[in-house]
Amino acid sequence: MNAAHGKGHLYGPARFERAARTELAKPQLRENLRHATHTIRDKRAEVVDELPDWEQLRESGRAIKAQVARRLPELLERFEAAAVRAGATVHWARDAEEACRIVTGLVQETGASEAVKVKSMTTQEIGLNEALEAAGIGAYETDLAELIVQLADDASSHILVPAIHYNREEIRDIFRQRMPGAADTLSDAPEELAEAARTHLRRRFLSARVAVSGANFAVADTGTLVVVESEGNGRMCLTLPDTLISVVGIDKLVPSFADLEVYLQLLPRSSTGERMNPYTSLWTGVTPGDGPQRMHIVLLDNGRSATLADPVGRQALSCIRCSACLNVCPVYERTGGHAYGSVYPGPIGAIISPQLTGVAENTSLPYASSLCGACNDVCPVKIDITDVLVRLRGQAVDSKRGSPSAERVAMRLLSWVMSDPRRYDRALRAARRGTAPLAALLGGRRTIRHLPWPLSAWTSSRDAPLPAAESFREWWQREQAQRGETP
Amino acid sequence: MKIALFVTCINDMMFPRTGVAVVRILERLGHRADFPQQQTCCGQLHANTGYQDEAMPVIRQFVRTFQGYDAVVAPSGSCVAMVRTLYPQLVGKDPDLAAAAAELTLRTYELSEFLIDVLGVTDLGASFPHRATYHPTCHGMRALRLGERPLELLRHVDGLELIPLEGAEECCGFGGTFSVKNPAVSGAMLDDKCAAVLHTGADYILAADNSCLTHIGGGLHRRQAAPRPLHYAEVLAS
Ligand code: SF4
Repeated sequence: MNAAHGKGHLYGPARFERAARTELAKPQLRENLRHATHTIRDKRAEVVDELPDWEQLRESGRAIKAQVARRLPELLERFEAAAVRAGATVHWARDAEEACRIVTGLVQETGASEAVKVKSMTTQEIGLNEALEAAGIGAYETDLAELIVQLADDASSHILVPAIHYNREEIRDIFRQRMPGAADTLSDAPEELAEAARTHLRRRFLSARVAVSGANFAVADTGTLVVVESEGNGRMCLTLPDTLISVVGIDKLVPSFADLEVYLQLLPRSSTGERMNPYTSLWTGVTPGDGPQRMHIVLLDNGRSATLADPVGRQALSCIRCSACLNVCPVYERTGGHAYGSVYPGPIGAIISPQLTGVAENTSLPYASSLCGACNDVCPVKIDITDVLVRLRGQAVDSKRGSPSAERVAMRLLSWVMSDPRRYDRALRAARRGTAPLAALLGGRRTIRHLPWPLSAWTSSRDAPLPAAESFREWWQREQAQRGETP
Repeated sequence: MKIALFVTCINDMMFPRTGVAVVRILERLGHRADFPQQQTCCGQLHANTGYQDEAMPVIRQFVRTFQGYDAVVAPSGSCVAMVRTLYPQLVGKDPDLAAAAAELTLRTYELSEFLIDVLGVTDLGASFPHRATYHPTCHGMRALRLGERPLELLRHVDGLELIPLEGAEECCGFGGTFSVKNPAVSGAMLDDKCAAVLHTGADYILAADNSCLTHIGGGLHRRQAAPRPLHYAEVLAS
């Protein structure tokens, strides 16, 4: 069976290299990103170093998720049964459209015209806010950073800190101009900004009858959902409204309650550099007279089953969205999240987005990495991101085998030369002969400023060297001859 | 011990002096390295760019060439990383090749690994009276976990003043075809690396990979900056 690929906010209009160029031209953005990512990565390193059993924890985190991948159908059924027993209603959504249709219908059933939301990447993935808006329902983000991005009519640029690309002055301006009730005299002091947001959100919480949430984990044994957050706004969303709709990717499953012990240590240290996160909310079905009285869980596939089918690529589904890989990625640090065109940016985005959509639809993201491997080293569940990137590059190339490409012709030719020592030897000599006149022109210098296409990209920011006057193998032959040995 | 030198295609064509340096170092230690002339390339360029089918004949050529040696030594962290970390994933479909490659993987060493772990030497009696800084390169650092090995060898070089490089563990932005496919991002990474190198005030920037050094050196050259790129093997051979 071939599972369907996903849809939604998983690709942008431009290829990564073009989008990155646009983002690179924003010096303030680069400064903001550099400052923020370096601050979090240093904090992370510090608290991770405190734990003597960190490597064992990572190994457990990896092993549990590998087990989930093997047992997914069984665990999903188990989860559904437990959740229903506890009084929740479970819905299954194959893709973004189906999920949006289900959620919109559920909100409409309540008669409400607005819903509050607690940070949920999954709902961003499926474009839920836009779908609700199209149905005349206002969806209001309550996570501070999400709120900033929503007010600015912008897209999130980081998994954990969606407004990472703004500094305080920029946030103050967004609040002054866009937040209902914000004073013109608002300063950029963090307390004042937080207070303004709190006043604004209070009103929303107290009037909202419907909330939409995501979940960090879903426990198969008990049907429990878990949200991990730092502001407490999520908890308000999860407890105040009458109806709670949780959209949960099927990759969020863990087998049992005890497994949370591992992830609740791995996640906060990896993501915010905290030993423990401030608010951990767990909810199981409904309790009469306490909290939401109607509870819906929408289990989302959207390309996850298709991802599961690839033996190397499936490890991307182990991701717990801690964002540690973004904070150490030299590419993310320079371009920010928007260049990736997906709600999932950075190294994890470069592997998860093309897998959810199908690689053929998203061929530039697997190349958005220098394969430096910094992401592999910080990943709390030991995803070998660079391995998956190389795998996906192979699939990207294969997906285009039918159409002509100069790159493929060059690669074929090179492979033909490199797989035969005689051809290789001749090519070496030819390369040197070919550049000999150039070398003479350059006099003593052995560097050039401009190479022809496609290597012109290289000489856009660095000078290139010329082949040596004598190759190593020629030296070797000369040396052997001098020693009186036959080469 | 039958030692083979895998000089790598880039060194063969562009930086023969690095290969000569390895030969001289081993000679000084009383070893004769062989240079099997059938060698071409490890196949990294193809594999990392996504041309895995095209990489296969190159990998086969590599495995054929180096079968029968006790050790294969290469002055390149990234080519050794290719053999050690990517070959197992790539050759899976061909059982004979997979067995031969798996065996070869265990006997392929980056120069500093071979000198320290296999031969057990750290002092090569070299002398290089200059100020230099060392860039550890991503593959050497993360794929091979070379750690302090190259620095340990360099610390025994007479007259060499080693200046620490700020942000040493950060990628220089080369990444093989990454620098061609994403030249703007690669250039931005290079800017920061060049600034860090200049900040050291060193005369030389050393590394275990001539490809990264070409990139950094090309950036410094464009800035008409003084530090010169040099493979650490050439320092050890001096
Ligand atoms: S891939 Fe690993 S490091 Fe990156 S967000 Fe996911 S869990 Fe965190």
